[in-house]
Amino acid sequence: MKIRHLCPLLLVLLVSSGLASVPVPPPAGGTVTGKITYTGTPPKMKPIDMSKEPNCAKEHAASPVLTENVVSGPGNTLEWAVVYVSAGDQGSTPGTQTLKFDQKGCQYIPHVLVMQVDQPFQIVNSDPHLHNIHPLPKINPEWNKSQPPGTPPLTEKYDKPEFISVKCNVHPWMHGWFIVLNTSHYAVSGSDGSFTLKGLAPGKYTLTAWQEQFGTQAQDVTLASGETKNITFTFKALPY
Amino acid sequence: MGKAFGAVLIIITVVSTAVFFFHDFGGMSLWLPVDASEHGHGVDHQLMETMYGSGFLFVLSQILLGLFVWQASDRPQGWKYRIFPGGAKPMVISAILLVGIEILTLSFVGSKVWAGIYFTSAKPGALPIDVQAGQFAFYFRYAGVDGKFGALHPDKIDEGSGNFFGLDPRNDEAARDDIVVATMVIPVNREILLTLHSKDVIHSFYVRELRLQQDIVPGLMIPLHFTATKTGRYEIVCTQLCGLGHYQMKAYLEVKTQEEFDKWLKDQEAAQ
Repeated sequence: MKIRHLCPLLLVLLVSSGLASVPVPPPAGGTVTGKITYTGTPPKMKPIDMSKEPNCAKEHAASPVLTENVVSGPGNTLEWAVVYVSAGDQGSTPGTQTLKFDQKGCQYIPHVLVMQVDQPFQIVNSDPHLHNIHPLPKINPEWNKSQPPGTPPLTEKYDKPEFISVKCNVHPWMHGWFIVLNTSHYAVSGSDGSFTLKGLAPGKYTLTAWQEQFGTQAQDVTLASGETKNITFTFKALPY
Repeated sequence: MGKAFGAVLIIITVVSTAVFFFHDFGGMSLWLPVDASEHGHGVDHQLMETMYGSGFLFVLSQILLGLFVWQASDRPQGWKYRIFPGGAKPMVISAILLVGIEILTLSFVGSKVWAGIYFTSAKPGALPIDVQAGQFAFYFRYAGVDGKFGALHPDKIDEGSGNFFGLDPRNDEAARDDIVVATMVIPVNREILLTLHSKDVIHSFYVRELRLQQDIVPGLMIPLHFTATKTGRYEIVCTQLCGLGHYQMKAYLEVKTQEEFDKWLKDQEAAQ
């Protein structure tokens, strides 16, 4: 076959392929909402004595900060739990927005920072004294960096999914988490324990809820197009 | 010219000695800070002996130096200097004897004071407090209502959750009521028995007003006992370079009256 005979055929192919990708409206995204709760007696959160760092002690003089490993809300709900799609994920988009992790009043804000693999995040020191941030990954590379007051933010990222505990070498009570996920479908429970996952295409998913003290739980959810489902994760709490 | 130099030397010596003795530098006296412990006077006595002895010799030698400069300057040619009887040898020997006796005396007296603090054991009934040092903070533990300390499990140390000592309250009942705080609170006029240990590197427990300094060596449980005699708030600092954050490693010691301490302890017990 001569090349010139091929041309019309190629043209037809091109046009038809173009036609095939003419945007049909995508299926309306499904939504999963729910709550993170617990049964039993959780450990008592203790007030943090920051007298070693006068700036922070002064800042929290009126109401001392409590440890944050179990932050409970009304109706036995749990804040700072992470819910994410652990299996059956589809249509995840890469995380490009730069996130912020602040060191302020000798606390990590937010307490739990969820990010995607390779998503950049900035570590800011808003305090008038030195902090030394030391995340403790086991799979990703470990580092440990000092930030004297007024230092520009550090920009970091992780390239493997992992749950990373974060500590400050100078203020041992400071504790936070970097949650590195390979899905863009995640949510962190709010002060009333509620979470919402949006934009899920129809399909069968496994959702996992993680809480730093009580571990993980998983549930399967099947969503039809545009469907909203409500689920509850209930952790069993022990006082010690 | 030489005479003037000698005179200036003597004037500088006398004036600076007087300033050191009598000026208070806006409250920042160069003398020892308040002594808030039962054993402190022994340490202070020792320090002052050393200070007066060496200070006296230092000032005397400066003045003599000035006098010699004065006396030896502007002499006519051919003037004969007098020398120490017998020459340099007997002078050096007598100097070694004099200084040696002084140093040995200070050491013997000093070691007695030292042994009185560090080589004796606490009396029964002393209040036990467990001290954990780690980069870069001190934490203090009281036995709680049951009067028993929970066992330590270094693998369970989790600072973010407030488990600085590595307690295991789930399996160890004695650990459940242990009181862990970042400020050491003690009653006045009662003997305190500290058990010092480190979770990482060498640290040192130093309270200036208690005249106490003790290194904390990882792997060792080091006892240290004292009685505070004045109420107040004092600084506890680490005096062994322990890493980047060493300069921030400190805590506070609050010496309260027995009633205030009892109230504080009750509040802490309730919070467990």
